[in-house]
Amino acid sequence: MERRKSLADILAGGIFVLIGGAFVVGSLGYSLGTPLRMGPGYFPLLVGAVMGALGLAIVVKGLVAGEVITLTAVPWRAVAAIVIAVVFFGFTVRRLGFVPTSFVTALLTTLASSRVRPWWALAVAAGLTLGATLIFVVALQLRIPLFGPWLQF
Amino acid sequence: MDLLDNLALGFSTAFLVQNVLYCFVGVLLGTAVGVLPGIGPTATVAMLLPITFNFEPVTALIMLAGIYYGAQYGGSTTAILINLPGESSAAVTALDGHEMARQGRAGPALAAAAIGSFFAGTVATVILAVAAPPLADVALKFGPAEYFSLVLLGLIVSIALARGSALKALAMIALGILFGTVGQDIYTGTPRFTFDQRSLYGGIDFVSVAVGLFGVAEILRNLENESTRAAVVSKVRNLWPTRSDRRRIVGPILRGTGLGSALGVLPGGGHVLASFTSYAVEKRVSKRPEEFGRGAIEGVAGPESANNAAAQTSFIPLLTLGLPAHPVMALMVGAFIVHGITPGPNVINDEPALFWGLIASMWIGNVLLVLLNLPLIGMWVQMLRIPYAVLFPMIILFAAIGTYSLNFNAWDVYAIVFFGLLGYILIKCGCEPAPMLLGFVLGPLLEENLRRALIISRGDATVFLTRPISAVLLAVAVAALVVAVLPTIRKRREEVFTEEE
Repeated sequence: MERRKSLADILAGGIFVLIGGAFVVGSLGYSLGTPLRMGPGYFPLLVGAVMGALGLAIVVKGLVAGEVITLTAVPWRAVAAIVIAVVFFGFTVRRLGFVPTSFVTALLTTLASSRVRPWWALAVAAGLTLGATLIFVVALQLRIPLFGPWLQF
Repeated sequence: MDLLDNLALGFSTAFLVQNVLYCFVGVLLGTAVGVLPGIGPTATVAMLLPITFNFEPVTALIMLAGIYYGAQYGGSTTAILINLPGESSAAVTALDGHEMARQGRAGPALAAAAIGSFFAGTVATVILAVAAPPLADVALKFGPAEYFSLVLLGLIVSIALARGSALKALAMIALGILFGTVGQDIYTGTPRFTFDQRSLYGGIDFVSVAVGLFGVAEILRNLENESTRAAVVSKVRNLWPTRSDRRRIVGPILRGTGLGSALGVLPGGGHVLASFTSYAVEKRVSKRPEEFGRGAIEGVAGPESANNAAAQTSFIPLLTLGLPAHPVMALMVGAFIVHGITPGPNVINDEPALFWGLIASMWIGNVLLVLLNLPLIGMWVQMLRIPYAVLFPMIILFAAIGTYSLNFNAWDVYAIVFFGLLGYILIKCGCEPAPMLLGFVLGPLLEENLRRALIISRGDATVFLTRPISAVLLAVAVAALVVAVLPTIRKRREEVFTEEE
């Protein structure tokens, strides 16, 4: 395997350092205690520090002799569509109810593909909504109202 | 005979109508999802987990186990027919299996996989039944110090077996452990890293983590390049292997079963390692090594048996020690806990009907798999034609509904997005998601036992070295770490994985 400077390593290591650091800082806000009686901050502090160190090692390795990984293009459209779809689901399922929320979530998700055709997306969303309603509400008796308070006048 | 009595109890539980029914449903769903490319067993089990919450515990676990080995098995069908392994352990099957399919011998390849899997599953189930009780007895003697060392060992071995950079895998474990500390501290009740959000007091739900890492991240990876899938599915005819085929698969099936049963117990990618090792072994012992990669039936029968045997024996550490060997088992831990059962050595004594029923159901599940797969192969082939543009919205929608239905908590749904994006970036940078999920599930166990051991020893950290079992476990962990990190050994390890890829 060829080894040289690697952006992927630096990025991954950076994320580990960042999150590890955040947890270390957070842990310092809790009581640390002693090894005999560890406080809530002790263990996360320890693991956060270890992870920060590992992240640093990965960054250094990435600068000197990293794993060569070609970073492929990020499918921004898919990222956006899926993030919006799932957040929409979480936010509205109580408010709009199961059926409309599922339909919109599925529709938004289909937009993740760059080759989506409108009628086809509607058909997929409708089909999935029907399927999900049958499985989760009819068969599994999930207690979510089909149509929520926002739609009741 | 104790064993016979226990198995009798197991079969009387497993043969209850609802258990057979849900075992069948589990195997069917598992195979269906396993056949679909782009979604692996971990995401499947995570998505379907909430469905089982209303069932009796034993029924729920039987169904989940069925989904797991069904998905494991379904992945090989896809690997053979369209050269798209559903998950890593089926990658080896694709080598010779797809080659056979291209030569018009898809039937014998599928039959060899089915027969091998069935035989291996049967043997491994017996091994599980025989090996589990004594191991559970040993585990009952474990104190917190031993448990801490054992969990640490499990985590470290999981990276020694995984592919890719050991440094990154270690960091992923640490990351998982850190996210596992979110929520109320077990001893003092202090909420940690919760940003004053009440919904986070109970911790991050592991289903969100699993669905994010293995569902959303995977879908984003797949959407990177939307090339139309080669939908050329070869016709399947002449399912039954010829006489010479039958003679050629006996040895590989036996060896694969042995290898798989042994390696499946190991934490981490035991089943992946099992199928790769089996392939390497078959190639070495074969009188016609030149045929490998060109459609040798041994290259299908061996790895498939190993894979399936490992899938069954990976239940051993779960049922005896409460330690999940890989992500799907980590989800099973969650399933146990939801039903109020702590997985571990006590299960066998406290819930004998559940323990033996689950084991017996695995054998029934294997019979169902053969029945489902050989005659119904045409139906599975049809499923391969479902376009990805229908599949991924389905996965996302079902994942969101499933996760929400766990606690009716919108934060669990938002967590999917967070872990999906984080996982996507990290996977892109060459990190494996499995160690993170293991760290997440095992982290709280690690912390609890560390703290408890130190309280018992009055703050003396040498307790981990002075208690013999704990010292041995730690020594093995250090050895495993050395193996994982040392460059020369790493190189050979990579050879095992990359051979023939």
